[in-house]
Amino acid sequence: MSKTNTKPIAFVRDAMLAEQTPPVLASGPLAWVKRNLFDGVFNSILTLVAIYFVYLIVSGAFPWFYNGVWSTNSLAECREILQGKTGGCFSVLTERWPQLLFGFKYPSEEYWRPTVAFFALFFAAAPVLFNKLPRKMLIITAIFPLVAFWLIWGGSLIVPVMVALGLIVGYVVFTKLEYQSFAMGLIGGILATVIFWSFMGYVTEPLSDVLALEPVPSRDMGGFMLNFILGVVCVSLSLPLGIMLALGRQSDMLIIKWICVVFIEFIRGVPLITLLFVANVVLGYFLPPGSNFDLILRVIIMITMFSAAYIAEVVRGGLAALPKGQAEAAGSLGLDYAQSMRLIILPQALKISIPGIVNVAVGLFKDTVLVSVISMFDLVGMIRGPILASTEWNGVYWELWLAAVLFFFPICYGISQYSQWLERQLATGHR
Amino acid sequence: MAEANLQVSDEVAISIENMNKWYGAFHVLRDIDLTVYRGERIVICGPSGSGKSTLIRCINALEEHQQGRIEVDGTVLSSDIKNIDKIRSEVGMCFQHFNLFPHLTILENCTLAPIWVRKTPKKEAEELAMHFLEKVKIPEQADKYPGQLSGGQQQRVAIARSLCMQPRIMLFDEPTSALDPEMIKEVLDTMIELAEEGMTMLCVTHEMGFARQVANRVIFMDQGQIVEQNEPEEFFNNPQSERTQLFLSQILGH
Repeated sequence: MSKTNTKPIAFVRDAMLAEQTPPVLASGPLAWVKRNLFDGVFNSILTLVAIYFVYLIVSGAFPWFYNGVWSTNSLAECREILQGKTGGCFSVLTERWPQLLFGFKYPSEEYWRPTVAFFALFFAAAPVLFNKLPRKMLIITAIFPLVAFWLIWGGSLIVPVMVALGLIVGYVVFTKLEYQSFAMGLIGGILATVIFWSFMGYVTEPLSDVLALEPVPSRDMGGFMLNFILGVVCVSLSLPLGIMLALGRQSDMLIIKWICVVFIEFIRGVPLITLLFVANVVLGYFLPPGSNFDLILRVIIMITMFSAAYIAEVVRGGLAALPKGQAEAAGSLGLDYAQSMRLIILPQALKISIPGIVNVAVGLFKDTVLVSVISMFDLVGMIRGPILASTEWNGVYWELWLAAVLFFFPICYGISQYSQWLERQLATGHR
Repeated sequence: MAEANLQVSDEVAISIENMNKWYGAFHVLRDIDLTVYRGERIVICGPSGSGKSTLIRCINALEEHQQGRIEVDGTVLSSDIKNIDKIRSEVGMCFQHFNLFPHLTILENCTLAPIWVRKTPKKEAEELAMHFLEKVKIPEQADKYPGQLSGGQQQRVAIARSLCMQPRIMLFDEPTSALDPEMIKEVLDTMIELAEEGMTMLCVTHEMGFARQVANRVIFMDQGQIVEQNEPEEFFNNPQSERTQLFLSQILGH
């Protein structure tokens, strides 16, 4: 026999409860240490072991840095000074610094040119990276590639100016024809540009001394400068190309769709080194004999295609993650395909794709050292080749590779921090 | 059936003749004939899968029909993209899941289409947007993002967003089905207000109270066909077809 419930079940709350502050937790540095480091026997042991490991690493590395030698002319001299003590021979860095930066053939009296281009890059990239800066700064971004090309490769300023004019001519033709159809505008624009360029070839030939810097051929580029050029150019080219491939893959037009699918799948199925060897050796057989198709340009094309294929897949993921309703809503408001892509779909899809795109960009930047296997003297090529092979510095491994780490790490880490910052900026509530 | 009794004006807004649509081999819409006159408020109901959403989505070409003729506001709907864009800018649409643009503020959601499609100057578009946001009674949310609003508020923004294009016809695709019960009324009130101003409306909805109060014609669809259509009073009190009777007893019975 269960006891009858004498409590009435009807209940009416006559006053709503006020909000209360959460209970105060133990705080202060000691409490923090106790909770996070010495919480129980097992955790305390782990903490002590971890501290011992850190001590081992630091105590091993510290004398190497502290006793480091910075001002000798060869490894032998370093060893003389150190006399068996642990210590780094950092003088290889001071002595070969220009070679690490610019390679061993770039004329030393022209080092200022890539340096200026490097610092100008910050002004050119800023308006692209930070939305809040005035939009007029994009003019710098538009001019920068031509100026940078002129500074680094030298030659007459007329050449980049004509390249720019060709692009403008193409754009004007495009806008004129765009009203008839987008495809016609595109084809017309590209044709106009190519025709303009081929005619201007005759004009720039006799004017090659006007406003000319001493020309530096591509094969003289080297050091970290080469990695940086390849990284910046390929990232900025592969992003738009990747987006176009991703859109093409989703296209209703079967031929375009299949071209994109085959391109993406083929490129993704081939190692980058293979593509670089193709760029270096095999392309030469297909080009007309005597034509001197620039090696850096060939490498840029290959790396760009490679990372564009990856970016296309990342962006495709972003596009697929968007609910179908977004495109329908844009369509139902009367926006055409280009508008709805530019204003509604891509901003959201790219936001979702940021981590993936950054992943590809960082990977691409690091993969630029692979050009050392096709005997280009980038940072790694310089270290392995001319520097380590020299009689003075044969055997200085740690210092040089540490320098390579310090070249790459800040940039890659910076890119990933920027992307996290960007994601926070773009967060607008849910999705 | 005496359709003449139902019409509120002589001007034809939408005419659909002999329209058929298939999803693959599945025949979703069968021989649809429908004439909507200017100022009519039509409620379309029917069991799920009966093709009612597909029907109104064909009107602004979100779905393609394979046979028959659709004419909206004097423009024949064909595969010509120019015609489609023209019709879409004249026909507003509200979706079950609102489909606001989450990366844009409420105000930007509303000004986007006027600025890009109608080429309205930004300032004018913003005034227009604020006007319609006031009409749906949420001007104070203009600077927020959709994710910060309740479902009912989002749906009212979606209505305001469509109205900013100053459409002559509004399509509603189950506008209250995804809402909490507390929020259904605020959206229906907005729709009722719109109807009273004489907007031509086609609503797919199961809100039978709304149908009784606002509609001048109720259409019942089943298996891709129009089974019955009538004035609301007649439709609810005296349904003719057996299928309609069954449907009404199921949705009104509880």
